[in-house]
Amino acid sequence: MAKLNITTAVATLALLGGTLGASADENAKLVINGDIEMVTRTKAPDHVPFDEIRSGWTFRTEETQVLQMDDFDNPGMIFVDQAIDNWNTVEGSEGKSCASCHQDAESSMQGVRAVYPKWNETAGEVRTLAMQVNDCRENQMGAKPYKYDGGDMAAMEALISVQSRGMPVNVAIDGPVSETWEQGKEIYYTRYGQLELSCANCHEDNYDNMIRADHLSQGQINGFPTYRLKNAKLNTAHARFKGCVRDTRAETFSAGSPEFVALELYVASRGNGLSVEGPSVRN
Amino acid sequence: MKPFSILAACAGFACVSAIAASAAETAPDNVTHDDYGSVAESLTGTAGDAASGATIMTDRGLGNCIACHEVSALKDAPWHGEVGPTLDGAGDRWTEADLRGIVVNSKMVFDGTIMPAYYKNSGFVRAGDLYTGKAAPADLPPILTAQQVEDVVAFLMTLQD
Repeated sequence: MAKLNITTAVATLALLGGTLGASADENAKLVINGDIEMVTRTKAPDHVPFDEIRSGWTFRTEETQVLQMDDFDNPGMIFVDQAIDNWNTVEGSEGKSCASCHQDAESSMQGVRAVYPKWNETAGEVRTLAMQVNDCRENQMGAKPYKYDGGDMAAMEALISVQSRGMPVNVAIDGPVSETWEQGKEIYYTRYGQLELSCANCHEDNYDNMIRADHLSQGQINGFPTYRLKNAKLNTAHARFKGCVRDTRAETFSAGSPEFVALELYVASRGNGLSVEGPSVRN
Repeated sequence: MKPFSILAACAGFACVSAIAASAAETAPDNVTHDDYGSVAESLTGTAGDAASGATIMTDRGLGNCIACHEVSALKDAPWHGEVGPTLDGAGDRWTEADLRGIVVNSKMVFDGTIMPAYYKNSGFVRAGDLYTGKAAPADLPPILTAQQVEDVVAFLMTLQD
């Protein structure tokens, strides 16, 4: 049924626009499985210098947009299935799996993605979802940590994110995280590398412009982890940060570094109000 | 005629011409911009080759100028960006010295511009080694050589309204 609707929608778009594939339909509505309504455009939070914030989905072509509208078409969902297996697999010295403590991810992980990165009072630090997953693996399960931006981590993030799909991103920026948030903001506006480009140069000053064949988005990360058609795998936000900084001809920071943790907090907060979309599909 | 003679010199006397070129070239740190950011003197003393400039402007590994600028004369190369202004008529709007200053280091002309400096090799934050993500070598070369800058300027001067 959902499939039929999408096919009809595409046919209609083609008739109306005649530019199918050439440019994004910026006003398309993202409804997943004909059921979960996503907020892809909304009023910007006070700390973001835009009138409106927009999901990266609104910048993509119709073909790419459609792939995220049905979980049978979304290649990222394959990795969610893989992560369910890992969720239930006992690993490490303590004889535990994720499920041993968190039972069913579908209920226990609801709303979790939406508020990360967040302050961890016991550890006295800002934690990303990936840091929390690895803390569980190392300290609760006695298992080896996942590679921070590797396939297992991306899949686990997808499984956790999917339980919050449609909920608004709601990352705290004040209180104990404020120092890290300020650090992330400074990184966002620093012009790195031989090309001397900051995140803001492209994603704040030039979003919606073409840079060669790429349609610049606002660089929102509400859709991460993201299945990219370009590399045919699930990508974490830190892997994308690395790629962006590398593309400025700079020495990148590492995935999971304090710099990228701070940047993730700041960039995530710029998307407060957009729906959690992970795993999203992008080009 | 000019491209041919340059090629012949390079092929025949590679070592000699390389030494001669470095002796005549102005190093990135020694380029003088005037109050408006313009650079009056050629970086090499050798006239730029507009045809080579056109190649540099479209090559992703070199200038890749069309990533951000539309240039009607280069429409054979796909995907012209819209981050910067169109360069059509640039040779009418600017002098050769202006254009050289902009290509060398546009921030000397337009304060805070997004445009990278194509003939600069120091003063960066976390400079990398091309697109590897690794740290830059101690002797980081500028994005374009002195002669490539001259070639791009020569091409831009052909863009007349």
